[in-house]
Amino acid sequence: MMTVTANSVFIDNQPVELNGEVNLLTLVRKVGVELPTFCYHSELSIYGACRMCVVEIEGRGIVAACSTPPTPGMRILTNSPRVQRVRRTVLELLLANHERECTTCEKNGNCKLQDLANRFGVRKIRFGERDMKLPIDDSSASIVRDPNKCILCGDCVRMCSEVQGIGILNFANRGSKVQVTPAFNKKMAEVECVNCGQCSAVCPTGALVVKSQVNQAWKALADPSKVVVAQVAPAVRVALGEEFGMEAGQIVTGKVVGALKRLGFDKVFDTCIAADLTIMEETTELIERLEKGIEGPLFTSCCPAWVKYAEHNGSNLLKNLSTCRSPQQMFGSLVKRYWAKELGKEPKDIYVISIMPCTAKKFEAARPEFTVDGVPDVDLVLTTQELSQMIRESGLDFAAVDPDSFDMPFGFTTGAGVIFGASGGVAEAALRAAYEMVTGEVLEQVNFESIRGFAGLKEATVNLNGKEVKVAVVHGLGNAKELLNKLNSGEAKYDFVEVMACPGGCISGAGQPQAVDMNTKKARARGIYHADKLSQLRKSQDNPVVAKFYEKWLQRPNSHEAHETLHTSYSTRARITGEDIELLNSDREHKVDLAVCLGTCCYTKGSYDTLQEFIRQAERNGIKEQLNLHATFCLEGCENSPSVRVNDQIYGGITAERVGTFIQEKVLPELERNKE
Amino acid sequence: MKIDSRETLNTMGKTWKEGFAKETARILVCAGTGCVANGSLQVYEALKAEVQRRNAYVSVEMLLEEGQSGTTIVKSGCHGFCEMGPLVRLEPGGILYIKVSKDDATDIVTALLEGKGPVERLLYKHPVTGEIYAEESNIPFYKHQTRTVLQHCGVIDPEDIREYIAEGGYQALAKVLHEMSPADVCQEVIDSGLRGRGGGGFPTGRKWEATRISEGEKKYVVCNGDEGDPGAFMDRSVMEGDPHKVLEGMAIAGYAVGADEGYIYVRAEYPLAVQRLETAIKQALEMGLLGENILGTGFNFRIKIKEGAGAFVCGEETALLASIEGERGMPRPKPPFPAQSGLWGKPTLINNVETFANVPKVINDGAKVFRKSGTAKSPGTKTFALTGQVANTGLIEVPMGITLRDIVYEIGGGLRNGKRFKAVQIGGPSGGCLTEQHMDMELDFDSLLSVGAMIGSGGLVVTNEDTCMVEFARYFMNFTQNESCGKCVPCREGTKRMLEMLQRAVDGEGRPEDVEILEDLAEAVKDGSLCGLGKTAPNPVLSMLKYFKDEYVAHVVDKRCPAGVCKALLGYSIDPESCKGCSKCSRVCPVGAITGEIKKPYRIDSEKCIKCGACVSSCPFKAIKEG
Repeated sequence: MMTVTANSVFIDNQPVELNGEVNLLTLVRKVGVELPTFCYHSELSIYGACRMCVVEIEGRGIVAACSTPPTPGMRILTNSPRVQRVRRTVLELLLANHERECTTCEKNGNCKLQDLANRFGVRKIRFGERDMKLPIDDSSASIVRDPNKCILCGDCVRMCSEVQGIGILNFANRGSKVQVTPAFNKKMAEVECVNCGQCSAVCPTGALVVKSQVNQAWKALADPSKVVVAQVAPAVRVALGEEFGMEAGQIVTGKVVGALKRLGFDKVFDTCIAADLTIMEETTELIERLEKGIEGPLFTSCCPAWVKYAEHNGSNLLKNLSTCRSPQQMFGSLVKRYWAKELGKEPKDIYVISIMPCTAKKFEAARPEFTVDGVPDVDLVLTTQELSQMIRESGLDFAAVDPDSFDMPFGFTTGAGVIFGASGGVAEAALRAAYEMVTGEVLEQVNFESIRGFAGLKEATVNLNGKEVKVAVVHGLGNAKELLNKLNSGEAKYDFVEVMACPGGCISGAGQPQAVDMNTKKARARGIYHADKLSQLRKSQDNPVVAKFYEKWLQRPNSHEAHETLHTSYSTRARITGEDIELLNSDREHKVDLAVCLGTCCYTKGSYDTLQEFIRQAERNGIKEQLNLHATFCLEGCENSPSVRVNDQIYGGITAERVGTFIQEKVLPELERNKE
Repeated sequence: MKIDSRETLNTMGKTWKEGFAKETARILVCAGTGCVANGSLQVYEALKAEVQRRNAYVSVEMLLEEGQSGTTIVKSGCHGFCEMGPLVRLEPGGILYIKVSKDDATDIVTALLEGKGPVERLLYKHPVTGEIYAEESNIPFYKHQTRTVLQHCGVIDPEDIREYIAEGGYQALAKVLHEMSPADVCQEVIDSGLRGRGGGGFPTGRKWEATRISEGEKKYVVCNGDEGDPGAFMDRSVMEGDPHKVLEGMAIAGYAVGADEGYIYVRAEYPLAVQRLETAIKQALEMGLLGENILGTGFNFRIKIKEGAGAFVCGEETALLASIEGERGMPRPKPPFPAQSGLWGKPTLINNVETFANVPKVINDGAKVFRKSGTAKSPGTKTFALTGQVANTGLIEVPMGITLRDIVYEIGGGLRNGKRFKAVQIGGPSGGCLTEQHMDMELDFDSLLSVGAMIGSGGLVVTNEDTCMVEFARYFMNFTQNESCGKCVPCREGTKRMLEMLQRAVDGEGRPEDVEILEDLAEAVKDGSLCGLGKTAPNPVLSMLKYFKDEYVAHVVDKRCPAGVCKALLGYSIDPESCKGCSKCSRVCPVGAITGEIKKPYRIDSEKCIKCGACVSSCPFKAIKEG
């Protein structure tokens, strides 16, 4: 029994010494009472909405433990009749309004609501059924959103805005009509969602789940006309075991390969070799930029969520984004372009299935630029979770599967390729290569500890032949956003920046087994670096198979062939999707197309007045009948707004006052020209 | 003109006060929202035209020029007796004309200029006794009130700062800036015992002190004018009728807590209040009573207006702050309290309109004098919006500790049409019922809480025997469900389910087991909700179950509505004794539910009957019974 001091509180009549706990929830959990909650996450702000963690405090009544700081002398009851009533009522209320088709739900067996209903023995619901059926949004390549299963805990909302700095999800409406939705009830695919899937990683129910493509995989495996090839990303091998009762971070590479083969894959390859290839290309790109003295840092491009983020958020950022395809896409491209030939097959006869920790990879594989003559380089992306589903479905006892090794030629990798799975890994691998490429000396100490771990911003400075090269590593797009702001303001300056969208890097991808506490993430990261340490070779440039690829197929890094096969280009996605609004429609033979931008930038600078002025002046000039006038959304001339487009030409800075002159100088001549 | 010192304030106050004295007569036309809606602006124009037509000297502004005398016509703030609007008050004499139309202008001006007595048909006539009252202060509705917060409403022109200054306005601000330290001010407010008028009744001075001692370079003062209860309009009347009093209270608070910026959060549905506040802020800035270096003391204070978008929950302080910040108006857990981390994370003092309007009085008269009215634990007065089935409805101000009996029977003039009193719903959707047994209880924050009600925003709805308390509770639950922000589960889902059960009851589909479930759910929602809205949302239900449980049971078990309100539970039958078989009822019945033979009693087929009630009004013999 503990003694009572001035710094004690009483939890269920037991004295407990306070030790700087910030809220009752952590305090109560520390003494071995598991308070239930839906909306408390240590990495998100305190929200206090689900009311499951309530406790009773003598003299104060019922409070939410998550948002109440302990004060000495407090007498806390964690299981009083009043507490029980609130919890039970909350659960019943949630269940009443929940679409309870548990048996066919993606989250069956892995759902917090199901779990707590079971724990509290809710067997009867005193209230009515859910009375509305909202449409399911499966527009996204990665995520399926079913609002009928949403309990409005707001975890996804806070994840997307607080951690990822994006905020595509938020609450709308009032009362029982409240919904979590993208703005204006748009679909996920229509907004600036980057498919990172972190929303689904924190969703306690089946409201946000990763889009399952397991059936397509089975279909391909059953198709005798296809050579089905697997590529396995580095982060998968330190997490899949968790699904089968193994410890987080345990390296199960051999078992993954063995299991995939028993599932019927013809070849099982390692994405890490493509990671080595990425390092060769990207480091060469970096060195070239350093030599040419090109302004601004080179950003990595391995993370498809980050790439999409960049496309949405910075047209001036895109020129600094490495043109390297991600390892997944380099792999697909090599397999379909070269390896298929060696096999005597057409690209369409090879079916590439990636096993990824990532949901955004599904979107990446579907990008049109990675499809050649109707054949995608990567046919299908399965997450770690989906693979575990297939293994379970097949009845394989994963723990008992005989380990196997990757097939050649895409089976030989270095430690540098493996560490791609943790935040900082790409930058570290690139530094290992850059040092040797620039100095010509052998790098003895290959570990760059300062850019490992979970700090929001990690930095390293490396001396390359007398030039100090500054490297930054960020993970979580919120951190990336902050860094970009610093770069834009000139407060920070770097030569090379690694960005991973998920906090902690790919090991924390939304496709990984869902147990995302910090300890799990750390254990997975340890697994990754351990695998690196065990590798015979630790530098991408030492990979003999990669060297062979260059010799056979690609000549040298950044060669024309390499560019065709391993690089890509980007285009801005700043434009809001949606139709133009037609204001004047001319049926004349000679007419001019005129569009005024009503995007945010232009609108705030008065483009609405510009639009109205155009209508007035068109009337005054008697050309109203000859105009096709549209209101449009973002002409991407944000720096010089308001923007106006006349036929194909975009003009900036057209304020209402300038409309008169503009019509004289640009519109009327254009009309004249049409007549000629 | 700039008032840059206390001396100038005093001189100008005196000069302008003397300006009043030159008037031979003053006609005040109520320009509160209620009277404006009833056409008071046309009355104002008609009176102006009439006076001009008669070549009487008239100024539409307050002050007459040097050496002149004559009649002034001004637009005033709300008198509170909104039911009787448009209201016109004559000074001197304090004569109140009610229900004035523009066609009455000639008579009013004639009587005034020719020194005849008041126009009798425009005077208030007691609905029960028939007595006629000429002077406003003698009318029972006003006689039992103590108007301090509302003292200027209906008496001065709210759009002219000089009138406020002439009445001693901004003296309290001058006093604190020159004579008191911020700590002194907080202490004075603590000593006064003033409690937050927004509903909760938290000691105002303690809030001030907490904000004052909170560390931070930047602090804010926020005025909560998001009055959203159905039927409540106390804050609106103060903002419309005496806006400078609110500004002065806020400036004093700014000095006391160390803030240089204030926000007034006011509903966009109060356009007149917004406009009057904007005018008031502009005038105060021009005179230097807001802005930089106020009264030459170095104290800076600016006030901005933020219009709310009509969410009831934004009356909750943390939701209100989120809304000012441009976020969705959703409450967040406390702590941290706004005094520690409020608007944009800065220490913030947030009080209700009426609370700020009390402040100048507290400072001018001192805590001791303030404590003389009201009760020991709830000093001062409280404004209420008195509505429902009483003879006189409107805005009232009474000392705390007044009995319900005085409000209903003295001020309210008793129930209309000789009906029997049933209950008073106090505090709107957050409050509860008071019944016959509470008639002589002294009303204040604590006594109300002890019986499961609360002052809330101050709505008082009087009901009579014809009110169905189940339907009444359903009405409020429907309101809270629609206005719940949806953040926490008990409020969002719990109000939905309570509403569902109440709806079932009035629809005649109630289930006996609902009685227990409803009560249990109401208690859980009260305990478990995140903010005040949710915690108080079950109050109307709980108080209905406490005082009128038999009515609810009658609905769900016996399928009967004792008050005869819930249509679904009504049944019609023809009393064969009284029925003469005239067939009128069967001819008006739209669904052919009534059949019979001429000169013999008719019958109603209850299966076909849609309970429209057409037969009842058609029967010349009152043979058709409801219930």
